[in-house]
Amino acid sequence: MTTNGIIQIALYMAVLLALVKPLGAYMARVYQGQPIRLDRVLGPLERLIYRGCRVKPEQEMDWKVYTLSMLAFSILGIVSLYALLRVQGMLPLNPQGMGAVPPDLAFNTAVSFTTNTNWQNYSGETTLSHLTQMVGMTVHNFVSAATGMAILVAFIRGLVRHNARAIGNFWVDLTRSVLYILLPLSLILAMVLVTQGVVQTLGPYKSVALLQPTKDANGQMVTQQVLAMGPVASQVAIKHVGTNGGGFFNANAAHPFENPTPLTDLLLILAETLIPAALTYTFGKMVGDTRQGWTILAAMMVVLAIFALATYAAESAGNPRLVALGVDQAGSNINPGGNMEGKEVRFGVARSSLFAVGTTATSTGAVDSMHDSYTPLGGLSILILMQFSETILGGVGSGLYGMLIFVIVAVFLAGLMVGRTPEYLGKKIEAYEMKMASLIVLLMPLIVLGLTAVAVVTKAGVSSIANPGAHGFSEILYAYTSQGNNNGSAFAGLNGNTTFYNVTGALAMLVGRFWLAIPALAIAGSLAAKKTVPAGPGTLPTNTPLFAGLLVAVVVIVGALTFFPALALGPIVEHLMMGSM
Amino acid sequence: MTTKARPLFDAAILKRAILDAMVKLDPRYMVRNPVMFMVEVGAALTLYLFVAALLGKGEAPAGFTLAISLWLWFTVLFANFAEAMAEGRGKAQAETLRKTRRDVNARQLSAPRRDAKSQMVPASQLRKGHVILVEAGEFIPGDGEVIEGVASVDESAITGESAPVIRESGGDRSAVTGGTRVLSDWLIVRITADPGESFLDRMISMVEGAKRQKTPNEIALSILLAALTIIFLMVCVTLLPFSIYSANASGLGRPVSVTVLVALLVCLAPTTIGGLLSAIGIAGMDRLIQANVIAMSGRAVEAAGDVDVLLLDKTGTITLGNRQATEFIPAGNVAVEALADAAQLASLADETPEGRSIVILAKEKHGLRGRDVRALGATFVPFTAQTRMSGVNLDHREIRKGAAEAIQCYVRAKGGEFPESVQRQVQEISRQGGTPLVVADGAKVLGVIRLKDIVKGGIKERFAELRTMGIRTVMVTGDNPLTAAAIAAEAGVDDFLAEATPEAKLELIRKYQAGGRLVAMTGDGTNDAPALAQADVAVAMNTGTQAAKEAGNMVDLDSSPTKLIQIVEIGKQLLMTRGALTTFSISNDIAKYFAVIPAAFAATYPALGALNIMRLATPASAILSAVIFNALIIIALIPLALRGVRYRAVPAAQLLRRNILIYGLGGLIVPFIGIKIIDLLLVAMHLT
Repeated sequence: MTTNGIIQIALYMAVLLALVKPLGAYMARVYQGQPIRLDRVLGPLERLIYRGCRVKPEQEMDWKVYTLSMLAFSILGIVSLYALLRVQGMLPLNPQGMGAVPPDLAFNTAVSFTTNTNWQNYSGETTLSHLTQMVGMTVHNFVSAATGMAILVAFIRGLVRHNARAIGNFWVDLTRSVLYILLPLSLILAMVLVTQGVVQTLGPYKSVALLQPTKDANGQMVTQQVLAMGPVASQVAIKHVGTNGGGFFNANAAHPFENPTPLTDLLLILAETLIPAALTYTFGKMVGDTRQGWTILAAMMVVLAIFALATYAAESAGNPRLVALGVDQAGSNINPGGNMEGKEVRFGVARSSLFAVGTTATSTGAVDSMHDSYTPLGGLSILILMQFSETILGGVGSGLYGMLIFVIVAVFLAGLMVGRTPEYLGKKIEAYEMKMASLIVLLMPLIVLGLTAVAVVTKAGVSSIANPGAHGFSEILYAYTSQGNNNGSAFAGLNGNTTFYNVTGALAMLVGRFWLAIPALAIAGSLAAKKTVPAGPGTLPTNTPLFAGLLVAVVVIVGALTFFPALALGPIVEHLMMGSM
Repeated sequence: MTTKARPLFDAAILKRAILDAMVKLDPRYMVRNPVMFMVEVGAALTLYLFVAALLGKGEAPAGFTLAISLWLWFTVLFANFAEAMAEGRGKAQAETLRKTRRDVNARQLSAPRRDAKSQMVPASQLRKGHVILVEAGEFIPGDGEVIEGVASVDESAITGESAPVIRESGGDRSAVTGGTRVLSDWLIVRITADPGESFLDRMISMVEGAKRQKTPNEIALSILLAALTIIFLMVCVTLLPFSIYSANASGLGRPVSVTVLVALLVCLAPTTIGGLLSAIGIAGMDRLIQANVIAMSGRAVEAAGDVDVLLLDKTGTITLGNRQATEFIPAGNVAVEALADAAQLASLADETPEGRSIVILAKEKHGLRGRDVRALGATFVPFTAQTRMSGVNLDHREIRKGAAEAIQCYVRAKGGEFPESVQRQVQEISRQGGTPLVVADGAKVLGVIRLKDIVKGGIKERFAELRTMGIRTVMVTGDNPLTAAAIAAEAGVDDFLAEATPEAKLELIRKYQAGGRLVAMTGDGTNDAPALAQADVAVAMNTGTQAAKEAGNMVDLDSSPTKLIQIVEIGKQLLMTRGALTTFSISNDIAKYFAVIPAAFAATYPALGALNIMRLATPASAILSAVIFNALIIIALIPLALRGVRYRAVPAAQLLRRNILIYGLGGLIVPFIGIKIIDLLLVAMHLT
C-alpha cells in the first residue's frame, strides 16, 4: 500500500460524505412533496405524466396496492424488454444490423435490467442495437432504480405514520424519483463524462487505421480496427447514478470509451455510492431525527472503509507465487505495484480496489478491473460485501430498506436486552415483523447457497467453469451471489451464457429482488398501522455509536454465519493454498 | 407474606425433572419447539447411522457416530431438563395449593336468608349463582361474594398470611375465595365461579404452566430462531454438494459425512436459547409467584416490562396510610401549651390514627401526658358526618376539633368569632399539602393543628430509579389539587391526578394509552374495576373485591401497593434474559465454525488446517468437543435461565452496553476456551 493510494481512498470518502447532507435533504423535500426549484421547470411535465397515465397523485395506496402496482410495473418491464430484445433486428437505430437476442439470453437480460441487477451474459457492442441500448437498457436503468427508491420511501412512511393504512402512491414516488433525482444527476454526470472523452453518438461503429499494424492468426496484415460506439455517456451516467452497472461495452468501466480517465473513474465511484449514502440522510430527515440516518450511514461507511483498505492491502501485497519467481511487485513512481493482473494501468491497484469495493458494496456491478484476477483475499472481500445482502450502501433504495430489515433484527435482539419488547422509532417490533424479516434473512442461503449447490454437482453447472478447483467454486458462488443480491458484477471466468445459467440466474435475480421487496413493503404496511410509542430513557437508543456497532455486528454475523463454510471452500482455501505452496 | 424462596435446585424437584426430561422426548411434544425438535431428529438420524456403521455400511467410524449421537440426545435431554426444572418449581407450589382444594360439603340455601331451608351438596356441584351458608370452622367451598354477615376468615392457604381477615357484605371486602376457612361467625355467600374456573383453579394452572401459551414476544423470538435454524439447515445441506465438488476438485479425501453435517447443524442452530426459552418463560412466572403475585396470563408479565406509566394510589403506596399531627399553631392571643392541652383532651378518646398522633405530639412537644378520659369525668363527642367534628365535654368546657368550616359554624352559632389569622393559617397549611384541624373551646378558637401526610421513607429514591428506567410515576389521590401538588413534590412523582374519581382515572389511562404509552396500576375497590380493565398491567389486591380481581390481569396476594414496582422489574428481567441468551447463543457460532469447518475438510483441503486456531487435536475430537460444549452450555446456563439476568435501574443505553459486553462478547470468547478445554480432556482421557 502506498500513501498515495490511501489518500485517494480517503479523498473519495471525504467527498462522498460532504455530498450526503445536501443531496439527502433535497431528496427528502422531493418525497415529502415540499417545493423544490426544479418544480418550476419539471412540474408541468410531472402533471402531464399523471394526466396521461390517469394517475391521481393525491390518492394514496395501502401496502398491498402499492406492492401490486410495483409488481405490475416490473412485470410489464420484463415483458416489454424481452420483446424489444427479440425484435430489435426489425427496428430502427440499428446501424450495425444486430439480430434478435436468443430467448434464454433475452429472458435473463430482461429480468436483469428490470431488477436493477444488470448482470450481463452478453457483450453490448456485439449484441444490442442503439435503440435497444437507449429504449431498453437506459430506460430500465432509470425506472428500476426509481422502483427501489419508491419502495424505500414507502418503507420510511410506514415507520413515520401511525394508525394509518396508506404508505404513498407508487406512481408518484416512481415519477418523482426519475424526474427530480435520477434525471438531473445523470444529466450533470453525462455532461462531465463527455468532456473527458466518453463517446456519445447515434452513428455506426468507426473503422480507424492502426498505429501499429499487426498480423492476425492467419498471417494476414491487419491495418484497420473497428471501434464500437454509440450513445455511451448517457447510459454510463445512469448506470452508476442508479447503481445499475450494466455497461454499454462488454469491458464495462474498464473500456476507455466508458471510463477514459482517473477523473471519470473517481466520478463513477462517487456516482454509484452517492444516492445510497445520501438516502440515509433523507431517511433521517423524514423520520424527524437525522442522527438515525447518520447512525446507519456510519455503520455502512465503517464496513466500506475496512473492506476498501483490506482489498487494497490484499491487491497491493501481490502474488506470492510471482515473488518466488523474482518478479518485482513493489509499488514505485512508475509502477503501481501489487497484483496488476486484470487491472487497467491508468487506474492502478488502489483505484481498482476502491472501484471493486464500491461496485460490490453498492449493487452497481460495473467493473473497471477483472474481479476474477484478484488475489483470493481481494476476491473474498468483494464477495463478502455482496453477501452482506447488499446492505453496505447497496442499491439505490433497496440497499437502505435491506439495511433497515437488519436494523429491525438488531433492534429485536438489543431491545430485549434492555428489558422491553423491542421497538424501532416508536414502532413495536412483533411477530409479524419478525416473520417478514426472517423471510428476508432466509433469502440468501436459499438462493445463493441453494443454486450454487445445484450448479457444482450438475454437468450443466460445472462445464461453464474456466478454472477448475477451488477457484471454479468461487466463480459459481460469485455468479449466484451477484445475481441473488441484484449486484450484477461478474467474476468472469464462468461462461454464463448457457441455458442453465441464463435461467437459474434469472431466477436468482427475480427472487433476490422481490423476496426482499414484498416482505419489506408488508412490514411497512404493518408498521404504518401501529401506534407510535414515545421514546424515553428506558427505550433502546438507535442513534448512537453503540447501536451502529451492533448493527455492523448483526450484518457481519448473519453474513458470516451463512457463508463461512462456502467461503472456506472457495477463496479462503485458495488463499491458504497459494501461500502454502 | 413472603414465602421463603425455594433453593434453585431442590432435591425433590430435581429428581422429578430428570424423569420429566425423558418423558418430554416424545416427538409429539418436541415438535412444539422447532429448534430442539431438529436436534432430536439429528440424534435419531445419527443413531441410525451408528447402527448402519455397526452393520458395515457406515459413512463414518461407528464409535465417532455413536459419541455424536449420544451427545445430541444429551442436548435434547438437557433442554427438556431445564424446562422440567422450571415447571417443577411451579408444580411444587401447585401441589400445596391443590391440597387446600378439598372436596368439602356445602350448605346450599334455597333463599339468601340465614333461616332458609338448606341442603348439603358436594362443593363440586356448586354453580354460579348458588347461595350457601358457611359457619365458623367451615371451609368456604368456592369463590363468591358475601351477601350477608360478617366473619373473620383465615386466608393463609392462598396468601400465606396467618392473620385472619374480615369479610363482610357490601363494600370492598366482600369477596371470599374457595379453600379459605371461616374462623368466627357466619357468612351467606353467592357463588361467582363454576367448578374449575375458581381463583384457586386458575392459580394452580398458572403455576403449573399447564395452560401456558406462548407470549407475543416469545412467538416473535421463536420465529427468529426457527429462521436461523432453517438458515443453518441450508448451510449444512448445501455443504454436502460443495464438499463433493471440492473432493473431486482436489482429488483428496471423501465428501463430508452426514454425521459431521448433523453435528455442525446442531452446533450452529440456536440450541442454547431454543432449549432454554420455555424455561425462561416459566421461571419468569415462577418469580412472580415467589413475589406472591398471580398473573392471569404470561402476556401481562411481558407487558409489565414495557410499562412506561405507573399509576400509584397516594395512600398506602406513597404516603403512610394515615396523616399525623406535626404542629400546633395557636390563634393570636392563645399560648401554644393551652392549644396543645385542649387538642390532647379532645383527642384522648379518639381512636383514629390522626387522633392518636395528636396525643403523641402534645406529649412529645409539650410534655403533656395522656390522661384517662373517664377519670376526668369527660364525655367523648364522636365524629359524625353531620357535625364533622369530634371532641369532649369536660366540666363546663366544650372542646371541639374539626375541619375549618365546621368549627366556624360551631363558633358562630355560639356567638364567637373566627379570627382572620386562623383563617390564613388554615389556607397556608392546605397550600403546603397538609390538613388543618381547627380547635375551639366553646366560642373561642384556640388555634390550628397541622396534620400531614407522611411520605414513606425511601420512596423518592425509588421514583428516581423508576425515572432512570424510563417510567413515569403518577400519583392518584382524592385530595384537592393544592394538597396533591405538595405531596407530589415531596414524594418526587412526575405527575399527579387530584380529586380523582373512577371516571377521571379511566380517562387518564386512556389519555396515556392514546399517546402510545403502556399503563400499569393497582386497585382494590369495585369502583377501580373499569380503570383496571383499561390498564395494560392491572394488579388487583387480594383483599379487594371480586370485581376488581376479575378486571385485573394480576392479583397481589400480599395486597402491597408497592408491588407494582417489583412486577415491572420481573417483567424486564424476563425479556432481558431472553435477549441475553439469544445473543449469547448466536455469538457462540463463530467459535464452533472454527472448530468444525477445518475438521470437516481436513482430508479434502489440508490447507484449511490453518483455520484450526484452537489447535484441536484431531478432526474427530474437534467436532466432538464442539458438540459436547454445545450440550453442556445448556446445563451451565440453567441457573441463569431460572434466576434471570439481573436488572439494574440504569438508562437503556448503559444496560445495553453492559449486556452486549457480557453476553455478546462473552458469547464470542467463552466457547473458544470451553471447546479447547473439552478437547484437552478428551485427549487426556484417550477418547479420541
